[in-house]
Amino acid sequence: MMPRELTNRALAATSLPMQITQTGKRGLAGRRVTLGLLVGGALALSACVSVNAPDKPIVIELNINIKQEVIYKLAADAGNTIEENGDIF
Amino acid sequence: MFKDLRNQALKHRPMALVGAGAALALLALSAPASAQQRDPAYAAARAAGQVGEMPNGYLGFPTPPSADVRRMAEDINIKRKAVYAQRAQANGSTIEEYAITAGCQAIARTVPGEKYQAPDGSWRTRGAEKPVLGSLCPDL
Repeated sequence: MMPRELTNRALAATSLPMQITQTGKRGLAGRRVTLGLLVGGALALSACVSVNAPDKPIVIELNINIKQEVIYKLAADAGNTIEENGDIF
Repeated sequence: MFKDLRNQALKHRPMALVGAGAALALLALSAPASAQQRDPAYAAARAAGQVGEMPNGYLGFPTPPSADVRRMAEDINIKRKAVYAQRAQANGSTIEEYAITAGCQAIARTVPGEKYQAPDGSWRTRGAEKPVLGSLCPDL
């Protein structure tokens, strides 16, 4: 009687709850993995964005530097132009 | 109380001297510039603050202009653009780049009492101090 009960219980216990818990656990584990991947991906993406963010200002700074360089080069010429065209400046 | 005033005067005197020195230096620079004289109407409009120098290298209006003042300033601006275009081509730059460069210089050469536009777009009356120039302008 005892072993039968035990085996029955054991079987009953193993089959249904294991299936449920296993599928449940798998699902949870799978979700956790995907969640982890998503979070990791988001972190990686945010890291990429934060890396890209300095790239844009650098480009703008370069443009400003180029313009400033041009203006420095033209400064002497512009000064002469203003002096030579005193009637309109 | 008097001590404070004297200290303030002592503090401000060097700045005033520097400002006066800068103004004199600018006057000395602009003195030989008058190879061609300004038209009296233009000179009067400048002195009265009816027209002012803008950072873009052209004349602007600090206050709504009369029809005559507007016509005169627009005529001068067209002539300026022609000169800018010619000099820009000679220097391999764009008209805008040359005009902005000239704008820096034109604002730097304003004399006390004349109007100029600051980088933020506000119109200011030139005093003895250095004018507010855009960040792109060389230190004039």
